[in-house]
Amino acid sequence: MTTQERLTISRESQLEDSGYKWGFTTDIEMEMAPKGVNADIVRLISGKKDEPEWMLEWRLKAFEYWNGLQLQDAEPRWAKLRYPEIDYQDIYYYAAPKSQDDAPKSLDEVDPEMLETFDKLGIPLHERERLAGVAVDAVFDSVSVATTYADQLEERGIIFCSFTEAVQKHPELVQKYLGSVVPYTDNFFAALNSAVFSDGSFVYIPPGVRCPIELMTYFRINTEGTGQFERTLIVADEGAYVSYLEGCTAPIRRTSQLHAAVVELVSLDRGEIKYSTIQNWYPGTKDGQGGVYNFVTKRGITGNDAKISWTQVETGSAITWKYPSVILRGDNSVGEFYSVALANNYQQADTGTKMIHIGKNTKSTIVSKGISAGHGENTYRGGVKILPGAENATNHTQCDSLLVGDQCGAHTVPYIEVRNPTARLEHEASTSKVSDEQLFYLMARGISEEDAHHMIITGWSRDVINELPFEFALEAGQLLKVSLEGAVG
Amino acid sequence: MLKIENLHAVVTDSEEEILKGIDLEVNPGEVHAIMGPNGSGKSTLANVLMGKPSYSVTDGDITVDGDSIVELMPDARAHLGMFLAMQYPSEVPGVRPWQFLKAAKDAIDVANGQSKMSVRAFSRLFDEKVTESGINPDLIKRSLNEGFSGGEKKRNEMLQMQVLAPRIAIMDETDSGLDIDALQAVADGVNKMRSPDRSFVIVTHYQRLLHYVKPDVVHILVNGKIVETGGAMLAEKIEATGYRDYLAVR
Repeated sequence: MTTQERLTISRESQLEDSGYKWGFTTDIEMEMAPKGVNADIVRLISGKKDEPEWMLEWRLKAFEYWNGLQLQDAEPRWAKLRYPEIDYQDIYYYAAPKSQDDAPKSLDEVDPEMLETFDKLGIPLHERERLAGVAVDAVFDSVSVATTYADQLEERGIIFCSFTEAVQKHPELVQKYLGSVVPYTDNFFAALNSAVFSDGSFVYIPPGVRCPIELMTYFRINTEGTGQFERTLIVADEGAYVSYLEGCTAPIRRTSQLHAAVVELVSLDRGEIKYSTIQNWYPGTKDGQGGVYNFVTKRGITGNDAKISWTQVETGSAITWKYPSVILRGDNSVGEFYSVALANNYQQADTGTKMIHIGKNTKSTIVSKGISAGHGENTYRGGVKILPGAENATNHTQCDSLLVGDQCGAHTVPYIEVRNPTARLEHEASTSKVSDEQLFYLMARGISEEDAHHMIITGWSRDVINELPFEFALEAGQLLKVSLEGAVG
Repeated sequence: MLKIENLHAVVTDSEEEILKGIDLEVNPGEVHAIMGPNGSGKSTLANVLMGKPSYSVTDGDITVDGDSIVELMPDARAHLGMFLAMQYPSEVPGVRPWQFLKAAKDAIDVANGQSKMSVRAFSRLFDEKVTESGINPDLIKRSLNEGFSGGEKKRNEMLQMQVLAPRIAIMDETDSGLDIDALQAVADGVNKMRSPDRSFVIVTHYQRLLHYVKPDVVHILVNGKIVETGGAMLAEKIEATGYRDYLAVR
């Protein structure tokens, strides 16, 4: 049923017309399922992972639901995004590095070329000193290839492993929480993900435990035409704390690639989850050819006195459809969303958040910074919902747009629904341009035009970048700079 | 050092001519004051010298050490040792003065084939100049110029001038809107920086600053032209009689 293909794409021809720094491909033998999706493919994926019956059944139900939506042509189209019709039967739904068949037990057993790829990406897998403080569960295409620091975490009862492993080793936890925040019926892309998800990360922090290190996963899309469907589930039990980092780069592709991930966060009573993302997938060429289509469902739910904080820096992808949200179910719980989204060249981003206040004294903060450059289109889409039982709920929303040049667009679509009169909501919005006066001021001090733009833009994004863990904040600044290259001057 | 010949400049958008043939030569170590009534083109001259894109040079030339700078971008002019203390410094949210000035210093040093200052060495220089300039140390922890009063913005400009130590310092109405203490601080800053290889072009409406900073040469700019050039006495005459006489002959 599977075919093996050896994919080699010359680096030179791929790199020609783009400044994409992380654009390269790896010459590794892949094991792939044929293109297209159907119940058999779902069974194949599940079988490849030797999944228990309940997991396969859940996938099949999800597939049936998705297929129903697809037959009704119910792919969501309300976002301010324009892209060619996606042919779901023209996509590979399963690809695993071949050497994975005899699962590497240590880094020594990992395909050297794969290690080299990680090197290029700057993933510090074998550099111990740089690894200090960070455990990496690296996802190469679909299958996790190496996990570090697992033992250290295990001592504290922390589970940090690939989703596939979690299904095998911790079925009770997975079964309890999978789909509890994002059910497979949630939306078109979440349904598709639920049916065919390949792998992802699973985190469980036991009651009262503070995870001593920041957990990190790198996602990377590598095979031509491969859709990538990660599934991440993070549970902070009562009084637990975890900070989770997700960072992404992808190699250059001529054809568009579909990516539909689902992330579920469960923060039980007094628990806290801080989830930070840097998304830098291939944005397409300067003319808008290719690039990743990123349709992501991210949502968390809180217990009493719990907290969930999303921070994202979104610079990549041709299409971004992403609304990390928090269901504030517990009393006194807190939800936060800090976002910088950049759309340059022909990139389109429709992103924002939903804060759903159910518990009493719940509090949410939204800080969204949208940067549009070139022909980029950036839309903030946010929803704040105060349900009748949410006494004394408060929300503060700050939504700023920055325009670079005069061919780009910034749009703000805030929805507010209040069904309790004690709620207090504040909404601030602004749209600005990098002013000629600011540019002249910086340049008159000797700073180049490009650096001046970069300094003004990162300064403007500071409130969000400061929310990122330190190393990520530095990387985010660099990323904004690289992503804006060519947008100015 | 700085030479201006028959300089004509217009507002880029409207093509309205503001500078109508200016000749000026500033030698090393000299302090020149440019005085004139409102709307005479003083600030335009300061900004044109620094290469502000909203003005375009239509005729004439500006040279530094004999080389024309008219085609140079503002950053390249800064690399040659030029500096403009702005009349209305921009607010730049999220950018710390330290970070801004380190980037500026690095850019200038690198352009001149020098290595960047270490963070420690720069911090020492910065702290020293902060103390000298008398700027409130709390302010410089904030975003650049954000929430600064008019006087604080001007002191911040002086701080930048002291750190970057330019060869040609142009000051665009740095004295306007300052109380007497701030004015004194600005004057002290300039006097301390006066040296045989550094020149100043001080654009001012009033003579006030010139009480504290003795200029070598004073130019009266009216309607885009220099109508009179003289010594420090000329500024005192303006103080007494204003610009009436010049406006009348126009």
